[in-house]
Amino acid sequence: MIELNSNIPAGPVEQKWDKHRFDMKLVNPANKRKYDVIVVGAGLAGASAAATMAELGYNVSCFVFHDSPRRAHSIAAQGGINAAKNYQNDGDSVQRLFYDTVKGGDFRAREANVYRLAQVSVNIIDQCVAQGVPFAREYGGLLANRSFGGAQVSRTFYARGQTGQQLLLGAYQALERQIALGKVKMHTHAEMLDVVVVDGRARGIVVRNLLTGEVTAHSADAVVLATGGYGNVFFLSTNAMYANVTAAWRAHKKGAAFANPCYTQIHPTCIPVSGEHQSKLTLMSESLRNDGRVWVPKKQGDNRAPSQIPESERDYFLERKYPSFGNLAPRDIASRAAKEACDDGRGVGPGGLGVYLDFAESIKRLGQKTISERYGNLFDMYQRITDENPYQLPMRIYPAVHYTMGGTWVDYNLMSTVPGLHVIGEANFSDHGANRLGASALMQGLADGYFVLPYTIGNYLAGVKPEKVDVTTHPAFTDAVRAVKAQGEQLLNIKGKRTVDSFHKELGKIMWDKCGMARSREGLQEALVEIPKLREEFWRNVNVPGSGASLNQSLEKAGRVADYLELGELMCRDALHREESCGGHFRVEYQEDGEAKRNDEEFAYVAAWEWTGDGQPQRLHKEPLVYENVKMATRSYK
Amino acid sequence: MRLTLHVWRQSGPNTAGKLETYPMDGVEADMSFLEMFDMLNDKLTLEGKEPIAFAHDCREGICGSCNMMISGQAHGPWKGATTCQLHMRAFKDGDEIWVEPWRAKAFPMVKDLVVDRSAFDRIIQAGGYVSVNTGGARDANEILIGKEVVDESMDAAACIGCGACVAACPNASASLFTGAKITHLGLLPQGQPERDRRALAMVEQMDIEGFGHCTLTGECQEACPKEISIDVIKRMNRDYAVAAVRYVEPKETAGAG
Amino acid sequence: MSYLARFWDSTIGKKFVMAITGIVGVLFVLGHMSGNLLMFKGAEAMHEYALLLRTSMPLLWAARGGLIVAVLLHALAAYQLTQRSNAARPQQYAKTAPQVTTFAAKTIRWGGVLLLAFIVFHILHMTLGQVAAPGFVHLDPYNNVRQGLANPLVAGFYVLAIGALGLHLYHGTWAVFRTLGIARPTPTPLKRRLSVVLAAAVVLGFAAIPIGALAGAFPDAPSPVMAEGH
Repeated sequence: MIELNSNIPAGPVEQKWDKHRFDMKLVNPANKRKYDVIVVGAGLAGASAAATMAELGYNVSCFVFHDSPRRAHSIAAQGGINAAKNYQNDGDSVQRLFYDTVKGGDFRAREANVYRLAQVSVNIIDQCVAQGVPFAREYGGLLANRSFGGAQVSRTFYARGQTGQQLLLGAYQALERQIALGKVKMHTHAEMLDVVVVDGRARGIVVRNLLTGEVTAHSADAVVLATGGYGNVFFLSTNAMYANVTAAWRAHKKGAAFANPCYTQIHPTCIPVSGEHQSKLTLMSESLRNDGRVWVPKKQGDNRAPSQIPESERDYFLERKYPSFGNLAPRDIASRAAKEACDDGRGVGPGGLGVYLDFAESIKRLGQKTISERYGNLFDMYQRITDENPYQLPMRIYPAVHYTMGGTWVDYNLMSTVPGLHVIGEANFSDHGANRLGASALMQGLADGYFVLPYTIGNYLAGVKPEKVDVTTHPAFTDAVRAVKAQGEQLLNIKGKRTVDSFHKELGKIMWDKCGMARSREGLQEALVEIPKLREEFWRNVNVPGSGASLNQSLEKAGRVADYLELGELMCRDALHREESCGGHFRVEYQEDGEAKRNDEEFAYVAAWEWTGDGQPQRLHKEPLVYENVKMATRSYK
Repeated sequence: MRLTLHVWRQSGPNTAGKLETYPMDGVEADMSFLEMFDMLNDKLTLEGKEPIAFAHDCREGICGSCNMMISGQAHGPWKGATTCQLHMRAFKDGDEIWVEPWRAKAFPMVKDLVVDRSAFDRIIQAGGYVSVNTGGARDANEILIGKEVVDESMDAAACIGCGACVAACPNASASLFTGAKITHLGLLPQGQPERDRRALAMVEQMDIEGFGHCTLTGECQEACPKEISIDVIKRMNRDYAVAAVRYVEPKETAGAG
Repeated sequence: MSYLARFWDSTIGKKFVMAITGIVGVLFVLGHMSGNLLMFKGAEAMHEYALLLRTSMPLLWAARGGLIVAVLLHALAAYQLTQRSNAARPQQYAKTAPQVTTFAAKTIRWGGVLLLAFIVFHILHMTLGQVAAPGFVHLDPYNNVRQGLANPLVAGFYVLAIGALGLHLYHGTWAVFRTLGIARPTPTPLKRRLSVVLAAAVVLGFAAIPIGALAGAFPDAPSPVMAEGH
């Protein structure tokens, strides 16, 4: 049985990280090269961690399933990255960013982690600028900021609508530099399919080369997973097509507890679904809410064109319900309000699943040129997809799955319940609680990768001797390789009647309907019956064409969907057990005047689930959340 | 709408490939080009045939994975858009569409429409970075960069590394890609210390990879989904020439004692 | 020398060589054209022009040497780059649809080959008087041109080559500033103003001679060489 020990250092929150950095053991510079570290994933967290650890002197091997480390989905983040720089002189501070993030997370995040995140946020901006990230600037040459949801200060740094891309390219370039120097060995087209545990420690991974089908084992002294989130369990999400839970899930099955799986972020501003064929949803940056006003008609079933609806018959529902934050209310709140309006029959567009995001007033106030400078690429993107011109017609938006706050449980050192297995970025659960604020994902990924893990992994490595394992003979490795190969063959041999995607779509629909924006006991219980049934059919009736010996995109997908079919069940179980509403987790039974009703007495804990075997329900462990610095209060954005 | 697709099929790098014809029915204008391929692949799977391998991931025009030469145009007919952003309303009922992979010696064939673009990574490895280790940076606002400069740098930095420039170029040149990185970093104060070294090393790597030269036809700029200007090639040329004349390799004497 | 060798070995280095030799060529072409236009002033003017060029023979030979080297380097670099370009795409597309390439850019390589052939012919024809040059007299360019271009086939070849030169300049003089990295940044880099004017001027200026010759614009004139008794 696992034990949860958060390893939060003692002392006042402002001093924990400094003190911990002094208390941690160090690895002598000459000894660092004796340690091998495996990093899986090269998004913001993975690339920054791999590059930084290589700079420190460790031997790093980095594995990605893409053809290049530059393709990770961090690249799609649009709006920006938060940092407590207070460059705008508007009252920001580390303390305020800390407070906003804890409150934004609906008091379900670990205080000590969040404080550290706010502290290192300032270093991230310095580091990225030094790398040549072209953040937006003022004419005088100073950095520009914009405001984002859930905050009343302007602390978001941005590079047009491509902030994630520019930050990732910075980390990618740092990584490529280390590859050129021979300090990082890069493995592309390599999908991690298992973690290998030897004597209770994570000692390596098993990967399948997606081009040749070859399955190989790789050993190291520590393993780092930076494999992103699992929003694609819903089939339709803003995530990239390849984003998946497989690495994290296989680690879960090897003993890493999975925390808060039901905390899913539904992003309020996405382009609505247009038809059955749709493969993914497109996000429109939250920054649009700086200048766009969200509204629906006051009357139900009002089919008039938006320009025909007079001001007095429009309901600017965010401004009405949350006057102090208005259109910049946090994502969970804004999404739920949009859903409410649509459920009330006042939605717009096909199927009534949409609300307007209107720029008419801003265009009048600032001119089309300014709006186009700020959001031109987003407007173009919208027009390409919908064939409507957002300079003339209000955008139609609807919430969509965007980010998962849950993930592998880690302690303060970002180590999972498997010693030596570290998990960073979206893949872990630690910093966002039950809801993530806009522009905080980039901050967390880079904080983990540049400034936290490179220290804390040293503390772990200093306590273990660097030793090699022979992956060709050690039974833990050979068994794992055999199991991975067997699963591939099993999938290929089913030769059933349904495509992998049809299972994925069906699972996604169950998840969206029953474990999406609003969850009920009844619905979740139904899902807990439906998902195992679907899983059983999958293993009996899926059709995976081709062979395992070359590039086979159906086979890749099948393995991932197999994992989603297990994860989905755990998400529903977690959602069912958490009898409260908090952040992205909204249970219809627990609300007050339409607002989420938290239950701090009973649920102020992290739910960490332990794998107990195939077909068995996971075992729940609780890490109590202690708030010493922020008073738990009902979250209000009114 | 009904369409006829001619798609390049090739089972591996060392086998011969050819164009296969697939009639398509029930294509909707709201579909993206790749969603049409999803539909075709579902059909092929259910017919017991092997689906078409194609590269894709984010499907919102930023990861740079997708790469289809659509009736002779890299990423198809829409300007400033990737294949995944191309929607079927760009076509009309009865159209015939040819779909081929990027073709260049430096992008070896993998399978069907998938090619290996790791040459781009190696060009970046040669010098497409600022050599700063984590931790040593000074305050971000101590470096003043005018808005005009950072905007121009951002224009170049927007490159997604898809390779459309190479695909569209009659010489299969990677000048737009390489020039974009040299311009992005070369314009910024942070990029100055390594400017010469970077230009020399990246251009040399570009040649080693076997890309062709630039004849300034402008096709790359036209095909680029981020509409990067051929001005970046001009900058690369100048930086390279200046560096070729003035750059001297440092002597290996540093660090003595 | 190693850095020069390295420069020459790179594609950009070769492009630089082409650009600089191209500029030499353009300057020569402009000078040559202004000289040619003296045809309309008559035999005496042309003769004086020929003598002017010969003010210093070493200087003339230096210029000729320079021009020959420039042409050879230009052609060699072009040849090598073309080889590299062909190697860079071993498998062609089944379907191509160039969007902005100009006819000038597409034909620049074969146009170059044509120009090279023309240059050789032109030297044999007008400088040395060895080919298709009835009644050639050294230092009597007026009559040499008048008679040399009387043959419609020869004049036709001249016009064809001048056309190729115009296209070459239309792409080349625009590209040269970008290759050398000295063009101003512009939102419309494909717009070419200078090169249109230049190419048009050169085509008109040069073509006026063979067309003029065919149209009988150059009347018979006594050879100034005879008159001076050379």
